[in-house]
Amino acid sequence: MAGPGGDMQWCFSQVKGAIDDDVAEADIISTVEFNHTGELLATGDKGGRVVIFQQETENKNPPQFRSEYNVYSTFQSHEPEFDYLKSLEIEEKINKIRWLPQKNAAQFLLSTNDKTIKLWKISERDKRPEGYNLKEEDGRYKDPNSITKLQVPVLIPMDLMVEASPRRVFANAHTYHINSISVNSDNETYLSADDLRINLWHLEITDRSFNIVDIKPANMEELTEVITAAEFHPHQCNTFVYSSSKGTIRMCDMRASALCDKHTKLFEEPEDPSNRSFFSEIISSISDVKFSHNGRYMMTRDYLSVKIWDLNMESRPVETYQVHEYLRSKLCSLYENDCIFDKFECCWNGNDSVVMTGSYNNFFRMFERGHRRDVTLEASRENSKPLQVLKPRKVCAGGKRKKDEISVDSLDFNKKILHTAWHPQDNIIAVATTNNLYIFQDKVI
Amino acid sequence: MINTMECVADAQSLISISLMKIHNSRTQRGGIKLHKNLLVSYVLRNARQVYIKEKYAEIYRMQQYEEVMTVCNEIQELNPLELDAEDAEDEDLARTTCCGEDFQRGSMKDPEPAYYRSCCMEAPLPPCDQLSVNINTHCNKTTVLDLDTHVVTTVDNGYIHQDCCCDAFQCAQSAQAPAKKRKMDFGYCTSDLDELQDFTTSRKRLRREDCVYSCQDFTDTSNISNLISIFGSGFSGLLSRQADLEQICSKQALAGLGAWTRAIVAF
Repeated sequence: MAGPGGDMQWCFSQVKGAIDDDVAEADIISTVEFNHTGELLATGDKGGRVVIFQQETENKNPPQFRSEYNVYSTFQSHEPEFDYLKSLEIEEKINKIRWLPQKNAAQFLLSTNDKTIKLWKISERDKRPEGYNLKEEDGRYKDPNSITKLQVPVLIPMDLMVEASPRRVFANAHTYHINSISVNSDNETYLSADDLRINLWHLEITDRSFNIVDIKPANMEELTEVITAAEFHPHQCNTFVYSSSKGTIRMCDMRASALCDKHTKLFEEPEDPSNRSFFSEIISSISDVKFSHNGRYMMTRDYLSVKIWDLNMESRPVETYQVHEYLRSKLCSLYENDCIFDKFECCWNGNDSVVMTGSYNNFFRMFERGHRRDVTLEASRENSKPLQVLKPRKVCAGGKRKKDEISVDSLDFNKKILHTAWHPQDNIIAVATTNNLYIFQDKVI
Repeated sequence: MINTMECVADAQSLISISLMKIHNSRTQRGGIKLHKNLLVSYVLRNARQVYIKEKYAEIYRMQQYEEVMTVCNEIQELNPLELDAEDAEDEDLARTTCCGEDFQRGSMKDPEPAYYRSCCMEAPLPPCDQLSVNINTHCNKTTVLDLDTHVVTTVDNGYIHQDCCCDAFQCAQSAQAPAKKRKMDFGYCTSDLDELQDFTTSRKRLRREDCVYSCQDFTDTSNISNLISIFGSGFSGLLSRQADLEQICSKQALAGLGAWTRAIVAF
């Protein structure tokens, strides 16, 4: 961490995306995800496209410079659709991407929009057959009477071609908007969660799913909370958690019953009455929940803070980190401009010692758990020279503004970092601004 | 308990903003976002609680002041032997006086309870109509603006009828019960005067208060009223969380404000 006496510094590595400030809505990045080895980095955008970057494996020198990520594959995952029955347009925006663990030469990922989940196969083709007996080189069929000899087609090298093909389409199972998908550790099933229900799927079966959580009240007038995120435990295939708009997290065990409406654990922290405001319910709504890699903790993100929970203690989080507490006095303005509804994500590093989340003004924050250190960094084109070390930023909440500090009123709330991802093994992070993807790496000293 | 630093003006603007957000969400691409609308409804509820609480407190303060003044005046004016005659006279007055006349006579005071307007009013009406709308079961009326057909209707205890000026006698009589209930709701300490006199004074007070309509600044609350529409079902589950407010306000009054919480689209 770039803190006082810290031994790690972050430097700029790459930036992907258009340079101009005029952002096309379709190019807005909506999800970022590393695969299980970190070799591939997938992004989804509002236009329904998925772009996959691959880390170059050949160039490992000089040692302080890790390999770059280059575009590997681009494909249109979802198209806009229209529900004629409800007269509703279904957005093509990719809400989540989740990689499957690799089983063979091909890569598989799940991508979802508001209503439909798709399983994509990404495979490489670097050879092509040549020497067909019945077809010409251009594909036209030969006149059988003209064939005088028989040859065995051979495979010859060709330029690498990466193909993405939809292998499964999981549709018509969600009435409300899908907010999460999570692949189970059994590598056979996955869950999808919308505002009121969670469904369990088998990766091979598309025409049915099991409903495992349903919080829809009999009378919708009695609705008081919705599901905001859900995730399977990284090791226990029977366990999953889902967070709610009321700031609670429920852990469920699928062995207990077919319908997991009764939770096995309820994680909830009592509200501090001195902080009560018009917007208490909004800022306590959880926008993301992530298990730690070791499966002992989980992290939740609400509007102003990140909380780490020990799965064995339901009464309160073991750690709480304030992301941008200076915004507490600005909630009214943030409500007016809709920023208060922004859903920030969070992520763990490979060994669960550091957590990261985004903020406004293209700032992102890292919290080092053991040393109780935190740092604010910025993703901007101005700090985009190769291997340029990122300077810690500081927001001045009030009083006299020091040099290099930014006052709260100067923050650009249109520049928000909602999606971040951390390489599963190395200190490489991917940070998505509105339409750019920044890749930073630690500087090995 | 919401931070008391939030003033009524903030609550009012929050209500406007929230209703506008709900309205705009109907035309957003991708359909209505249930999560966002639920959160907006919470803000709406919180703002409404503060707004109502402040208004009730204001009414209570004004009532206390007026009661004191009225008692003082009546002590000076009344001959105790003419007590019954005075009451009979007031009764006749109530029967025969036109709503409009009362409006003319009434003092233009400020503390018009805005919840009347929000509950019952869609747009500023002629004084006669205002009075009848306000007095007649004010807490059970809901004015509905249908955004699809742009038709305004008033739903009264489940029955739709047109806003109109009712018979003055009915106005006065029906005013008694709510007025009396209001007194008790606020823990209003009745004076040592005859109970019938309390009715009289409360009726007078009610007429005075309700007649200040035309002098109000309708801008904010009429905008609020204009934005109210019943989309369908609402999140009345939120109504159950009003423990602190119900200590002060009557449940009846709150139930009549269901329009506030029903401005949500449900699926």
